Amino acid sequence: MKVKVLSRNPDDYVRETKLDIQRVPRNYDPSLHPFEVSREYTRALNATKLERVFAKPFLASLDGHRDGVNCMAKHTKSLSTLLSGSCDGEVKMWNLTKHECVRTLQAHEGFVRGMVVRYCGTSFFTVGDDKTIKQWKMEAPGYGEAEEPLNTILGKTVFTGLDHHQKEAVFATCGQQVDIWDEQRSSPIRSFTWGVDSFSSVRFNPVETELLASCASDRSIVLYDMRESAPLKKVIMTMRSNTLCWNPMEAYHFTCANEDYNLYTYDMRNLDRPFMVHMDHVSAVLDVDYSPTGREFVSASFDKTIRIFQNDGGHSREVYHTKRMQHVICVKWSADNKYILSGSDEMNIRLWKANAAEKLGVLAPREKQAINYNQKLKEKFQHHPQVRRIAHHRHLPKNIYHQTKELRIMKEARKRKERNVRKHSRPGTVSVVSEKEKHVVTVVK
Amino acid sequence: MFLSYLEFGTDLKGADEDMSKEEDGEDERKRQHLLEAISALGGKRRKTLRERSEAAVQMSEFMVNAEDESERVELSDLIQIIEKTSTVPAKTKKQLNNLQRSKKTIECPLSKQESERIRRDVAFQKAATDISRWKSIISQNQRAEQLVFPLNQEPSGPKPMERVVTGWKAQTPLEQEIFALLSANKQPINDPILTPTEQASVRAMSLEDAKVHRAELQKARALQSYYEAQARREKKIKSKKFHKVQNKAKRKEFLKQFDEMVKTDPAAALEELNKMEVARMQERMSLKHQNSGKWAKSKAIMAKYNEGARKAMQQQLELNKHLSQKLVTSLNDDEEEEEVGDPELLPDFVNDAEQEMDSSNPWMRGRLSQDPTEEEENGDTVGLTTEQSGGVEYIAEEEEKVEETEDNVILREFDSRRKLRQALETDTAAEMSVDEEEEEESKAAAEDGDASDKEEEGLSEFTNLFHEIVEGQSRVEGAGDAGRADTSTQLEAGVIRIRTLRDVELLTQDSSATDKLHGEFPKPLSTENLPSTTQKAGKSRKRKKKIQLKEVLTKETKVMKVLLAPTVEASEELEEKLDQRGLIKEAFAGDDVISEFLKDKRKRENVGTSKILDLTLPGWGEWGGTGLKPSRSKRRRFRVKNAPPPPRKDQHLPSVIISEKRNSFVSLHQVNSLPFPFENHTQFESTICSPLGRTWNTEQTVKKITKPKVVTRLGTIIEPMAQEELVKDPHISSQDLQVVLQVLPWKRLTAK
Repeated sequence: MKVKVLSRNPDDYVRETKLDIQRVPRNYDPSLHPFEVSREYTRALNATKLERVFAKPFLASLDGHRDGVNCMAKHTKSLSTLLSGSCDGEVKMWNLTKHECVRTLQAHEGFVRGMVVRYCGTSFFTVGDDKTIKQWKMEAPGYGEAEEPLNTILGKTVFTGLDHHQKEAVFATCGQQVDIWDEQRSSPIRSFTWGVDSFSSVRFNPVETELLASCASDRSIVLYDMRESAPLKKVIMTMRSNTLCWNPMEAYHFTCANEDYNLYTYDMRNLDRPFMVHMDHVSAVLDVDYSPTGREFVSASFDKTIRIFQNDGGHSREVYHTKRMQHVICVKWSADNKYILSGSDEMNIRLWKANAAEKLGVLAPREKQAINYNQKLKEKFQHHPQVRRIAHHRHLPKNIYHQTKELRIMKEARKRKERNVRKHSRPGTVSVVSEKEKHVVTVVK
Repeated sequence: MFLSYLEFGTDLKGADEDMSKEEDGEDERKRQHLLEAISALGGKRRKTLRERSEAAVQMSEFMVNAEDESERVELSDLIQIIEKTSTVPAKTKKQLNNLQRSKKTIECPLSKQESERIRRDVAFQKAATDISRWKSIISQNQRAEQLVFPLNQEPSGPKPMERVVTGWKAQTPLEQEIFALLSANKQPINDPILTPTEQASVRAMSLEDAKVHRAELQKARALQSYYEAQARREKKIKSKKFHKVQNKAKRKEFLKQFDEMVKTDPAAALEELNKMEVARMQERMSLKHQNSGKWAKSKAIMAKYNEGARKAMQQQLELNKHLSQKLVTSLNDDEEEEEVGDPELLPDFVNDAEQEMDSSNPWMRGRLSQDPTEEEENGDTVGLTTEQSGGVEYIAEEEEKVEETEDNVILREFDSRRKLRQALETDTAAEMSVDEEEEEESKAAAEDGDASDKEEEGLSEFTNLFHEIVEGQSRVEGAGDAGRADTSTQLEAGVIRIRTLRDVELLTQDSSATDKLHGEFPKPLSTENLPSTTQKAGKSRKRKKKIQLKEVLTKETKVMKVLLAPTVEASEELEEKLDQRGLIKEAFAGDDVISEFLKDKRKRENVGTSKILDLTLPGWGEWGGTGLKPSRSKRRRFRVKNAPPPPRKDQHLPSVIISEKRNSFVSLHQVNSLPFPFENHTQFESTICSPLGRTWNTEQTVKKITKPKVVTRLGTIIEPMAQEELVKDPHISSQDLQVVLQVLPWKRLTAK
């Protein structure tokens, strides 16, 4: 009698060395794995659902300020350090990993209007309502030493904004005019004025480091080259821009946060019409900051929310809010592209995840693979109605929700009216003005 | 420009002065007084131009005084000084002289606003062109499949030795001492390959020697590599035939050599012989050429279907036998050994033919109507029966066949498909066809009962179905057929072909079966004449729920002559299979799946068909009430016939129901408009249809497909794009690069 036993060739399943991955014979014949679309669709749907389940973006709240947080500054060399200035002139330095304040100093009388860390990370500058620019050491003073600035410059007028050059010992302030300062001198090396107005913010281009842009109160955005004696160009919009931010990866793109609830991304070379209009906020946008990858930016608004936009997307991909967060005045995207920091009226600084559903910490390779796969699936099926519905669903505070609706109705009504006017007038007399062109009044050379 | 401006100003002033001089002629002093008095009265004082006394940052051209004509500043006045100073180059002097001689007035300079605007515009253009250098790199990054941040990462992994060494310095005294020693003895420090002395000795070798030596080496190397390559190539050839031929050739050569060796060197030949013996023994021990190898197994499987494979197996076995024979005794015992034949060496494909024909399975036997090829034969048999029974009509049968097609086509298709599958399963198609003929008859015998017969439960579903269908058909066409039945009796004659006695017996049963088949016909003669036979047939059918193949078979099945005895396992397996089938058949004996399906399909078809709608409203336009009917003309007018629906998609697909209704549940999950980046729906569909997962793709592909677009490293600061990126960019032109390099030191800022 013959006994039948299973016998397999060890070559088929034994790996050559212990370090090899296990041999798993697989047959990729498509007829053996049917229904690939529906199976992947189900996976994508599940991935989307799970993403929403795990979307818990709020990490921590840093409290300690005794007045609203007016400005913040990222440390250029250390990820865990954050500086914040409040409306009572106090500057606090935070350790983000421990969620605690490591240093407090009374920098100014009145508001701290602007703050920036020097490119080397050893000192930082503050400007305040008391018409002074102060330079401070990053290290806390030793025992017994008084907390004193390294350097103080007394200006003639109030400074409202401040930014530092990327590579050199040069910084720029704005107030009634835009000044370029050498760190070694007590008077500006260059001043730019163009009409009588006051400026709210000035920012250096981080890539093409000699260029600057500023937002003025006459609803304009002005470009400068600090090698030239005169400004370069000015674009006047329908409403005032509060701040602007250059894209750190795309030299000629910058985004400005406007009072008309929108953000506008411009190509510096073509100011006639914005490159992209970002809509979704329901109140004035107060601050904007780019992610270090240059793919996204975060905006803070008076409507008590933070929104994250794609740099080429017209609508936000994410909205963050909490019950207690009031008007968000300043916002920063951390230099490792992982976190967002927001400072708001009610004296708190909040730490958020940049990707709401992201798992923090080190990931196992298989986890990483799974995440990548799920991400691609979500991308692939993003147009399917169920997936889109789930992925786009966000909870909003009641008033914002209603305001959004109201705004939408208003917009539709305006559009309808325009359409009607066009319909009832001679063809060609009422031209179609695109959304992008609508908001630019003129470009002044 | 400045000079011309000055002149212009002074000209204007000069005109004023002329006017005042005419008046002065009368009474200068009085007038002066008067003027002074008046000016004192009005409190207005004539604006006196300030004198310039010291160097100032902000200097105005209006400060220059020229009170009198004599004091008017001329270009020549200014130039005079230049001529005296030796430092001014002659060229400039010449230019100035030319300027002085020319009398043309220079155009009015632009206003300050205008000039500033121009200056701004120029500056902007410059900045814009400057910043456009980034365009290529930006668009490249936007298009990139994957971007890893930070951008300027140092490549990981070991650095080259040179870079490490150059950065390193001897620091400790020991190290310094060692290095001093090494350098004193002229030992290599960085690249320890050859010491200076060794290098010198290498250099000392004569050039010719070296050349010859090198050439030899080269040739040897070339030959070696050539042979290696050849060997590799030959080894890689997959053709078995090639290797076979090659081996054969080798063997032949070897034999030739061996023969020669026997003559020349018997001792060595003996040794060779011993070697061969050992090889044979080894072969015998290893049982290499039996049917245990992968190839042999595969051939064993193939042998069922393939003549060539069978032959190859035979050859293999022969070879095995040949090799396992003892060399010396081979001549004597060859035949005996062959006859003994090892039962162990048998392949598994033996006698599958019989077992595969699962004749006992009614599923397999079931056949609803004849294949067109067999129709003729069948017709013959029917004819035979009619002759025998003397009552059944051949033509009626034929016509029936023609009319029953529409359903039978469907069923036949099922049948033929099944048969096809069967044919694939079995290797003896010929045998099967022989059997089937018999089966057909036996089945016909089985069918002779009424449709309503309760005994048919035991029968296969197919026969069930057949009954139902036939019954339905006959009900419809009953009357027409009845008329024809009489005429058909005349056509009794047919081509009779009786093969065996048993055949005849079966045919009588068959005839009764066909009688019954035509259900409600006026009873044909056969049944009247031979009631006993039909009853018998009915009884026999009871017994023959399962038809014994042996009884039915008239011909012996062709048993394949395979030299090998059957293996036990194969047959066991097959039995198991049968059991399984039987089980399933038993379990689902009750439900008649196919007929249900057909009914369902019919129902769906009927739902869509046009119906006559009567839209007449009784009492509309005329009197109404009980007993009053709307007039005929009205009824005719309001009778609406719906247009027939479009042809169904499953019209020609017998085994499919295609629902053309939109499923609202599914539509929830479907994309109803083409999304933005896609231009047509095929594009979109193709992206959706290509799966990403590892179930469908290899590991490498999955990795490639699912690469994330942006990768950041945990805990690293991502700096803004640096100017170095521009230098790295391959698309940038050389001219731009020069500009970049100029900018690179970041020293263009002028600190006032």
